[in-house]
Amino acid sequence: MHVCSLFARRAFNVDGVLCLPTGDVTKSRLWLRVKEDLRLEQMILQLQKLEDVLAVRRHGASHAVFERIGEYFRE
Amino acid sequence: MNYTGAEIIIKLLERHGIRQIAGIPGGANLPMYDALSQSECIRHILARHEQGAGFIAQGQARVTGRPAVFFATSGPGATNAISAVADAKLDSIPIICITGQVPQDMIGTDAFQEIDTYGLSVPITKHNYFARSAKELFEIIPDAFRVAISGRPGPIWIDVPKDVQMALVEFDEWPKNGVADNNFSLDMQSIQDAATIINEAKRPIVYVGGGAIHSEASESVQALIEKLNAPTVMTLMGLGALPSRHPLSLGMLGMHAAPFTNHALEECDALIALGARFDDRATGKVAQFCPDAKIVHVDIDASELNKIKNAKIGIVADLDDAIEALSPLIDSKEADEWNDRIEQLKGEYPMYMPDLVDPTSAYGIIDHVAGMLEGETYITTDVGQHQMRVAQAYPFEYPRQWLTSGGLGTMGFGLPAAIGAALEKPEATVVCFTGDGSILMNIQELITAVEENLNVKIFVCNNNSLGLVHQQQDLFYEKRIFAANYSRAVDFVKIAEGFQMDSFDLGTCVDPMSLIANALAKPGPALINVPINVYHKVFPMVPPGGANKEMLLRDRVTA
Repeated sequence: MHVCSLFARRAFNVDGVLCLPTGDVTKSRLWLRVKEDLRLEQMILQLQKLEDVLAVRRHGASHAVFERIGEYFRE
Repeated sequence: MNYTGAEIIIKLLERHGIRQIAGIPGGANLPMYDALSQSECIRHILARHEQGAGFIAQGQARVTGRPAVFFATSGPGATNAISAVADAKLDSIPIICITGQVPQDMIGTDAFQEIDTYGLSVPITKHNYFARSAKELFEIIPDAFRVAISGRPGPIWIDVPKDVQMALVEFDEWPKNGVADNNFSLDMQSIQDAATIINEAKRPIVYVGGGAIHSEASESVQALIEKLNAPTVMTLMGLGALPSRHPLSLGMLGMHAAPFTNHALEECDALIALGARFDDRATGKVAQFCPDAKIVHVDIDASELNKIKNAKIGIVADLDDAIEALSPLIDSKEADEWNDRIEQLKGEYPMYMPDLVDPTSAYGIIDHVAGMLEGETYITTDVGQHQMRVAQAYPFEYPRQWLTSGGLGTMGFGLPAAIGAALEKPEATVVCFTGDGSILMNIQELITAVEENLNVKIFVCNNNSLGLVHQQQDLFYEKRIFAANYSRAVDFVKIAEGFQMDSFDLGTCVDPMSLIANALAKPGPALINVPINVYHKVFPMVPPGGANKEMLLRDRVTA
């Protein structure tokens, strides 16, 4: 919730969100799909400031995760 | 041991050194209040609006540097507290708001006085918590204190459902208190590079922000600038880090800076930013702010580096630690042509404050009050023209003396913040400069000041209008004054009487100097009405969106 609120209040569009618990029950992984934007560096720094965020990793364009889950989202 | 959730909250607060809590009870926090009534070391201050309670906590935290707690109930109590917490977020003040919430089995049913407090507090806090069980409180409370004071301070909100407050818990030991994280390692290469830039600079200026106050670094900052003989500017939040009358001080920078200050910044070749965030009020149009300067930026918050202006060297560190490492690598500098140039600029572009000798004028009142105050003093303001004038004219001497709402600029801050300051510093005099518009926003706290018999002296700079709005409309909207003048003038002397507070009126008195002296000398709270002409503007002023050097200057003929 903190993460989505952070993006929303900075008017930074997120077009895909996936969240599931990891093997470790106390932690979840959140995948966000965003457009390449000049402000992305700032957003990453702001994400790291959130108390609930343990780590932030940046991946390249079109990671497999959204392609595969995307099948469940086709009309 | 067996304690209820409410008792655990109170006990943990006691263990963390909390001794005075402002707040207002309501249905959802009655168990907490019941437990508080039994505390032998925490006093409660009953505010008259939760926003007032929140600003009281801010006043406490700003003068001590330690976290302050305030209580509110669910629903309207929580929503009323929002402005004070948001204000604390923008100025990085460690306050902890603890609200009651409806019982968990009623959440989501639109119960009486139910609101999504947790959701509302997400964007305006450094961190927030929802206690799902009394056991969780053992982790939440110490963690709240840890987060509030670690790194860049900020406000915390803890929402506690009523059933959690009433639940009984059996346990053996109290948890350890929350302490500040200490996980900063200095990048010595960056420190060395920063020293090189500073040593090579011919025209350095040091830019000091609120971070210098939060990190208690003002002594080391002062030592550094004296070693460098570097002219120094302060942001609104940094005032007091250096005494205003220090020979190297250029005062405040930015939108309402003295003319010579903004000119000096334009000519500097190295800007050493210490605990400042390049806010738009300070920089003006960013592209034209210190255009030729290499920037060395030290801040505890990594996300502030390179956010607005690219720094040649960015150092993430506690300011005191950074200066300790930097100072031995810096060469001492004697006063030289740059310092002469500064004096020249001061002569060419002086700061003009009209009618300083008249104690009933807008600048005069500030100057005379400053002259008459003795001993330990704290100054709070509200927001607007009076705020800018105090920032320009008041001779601050030490850090934490100055309390103002900078980032959010919340009218209604001044009076309750003064109350909070006075609660922590009962031997001091706390002066609140406010406006007629601002004071009405938390006027109800006048009675709180009277009940607590605090040395709070409220100077109402009264032009019967929203002065800064009036000024902007007059200057930038072709004199179309709209909704900026109050059509009826409120009688503040009568209001103060109704609140059982001593009151004085500079408008009707024969001897203003004695009146002010009396008001300051008599112990306890007082309100002093100071009539001001609405057409007297605050100058210089950088037009919104303009570059600092485009500042409008006072015409010596007209006001």
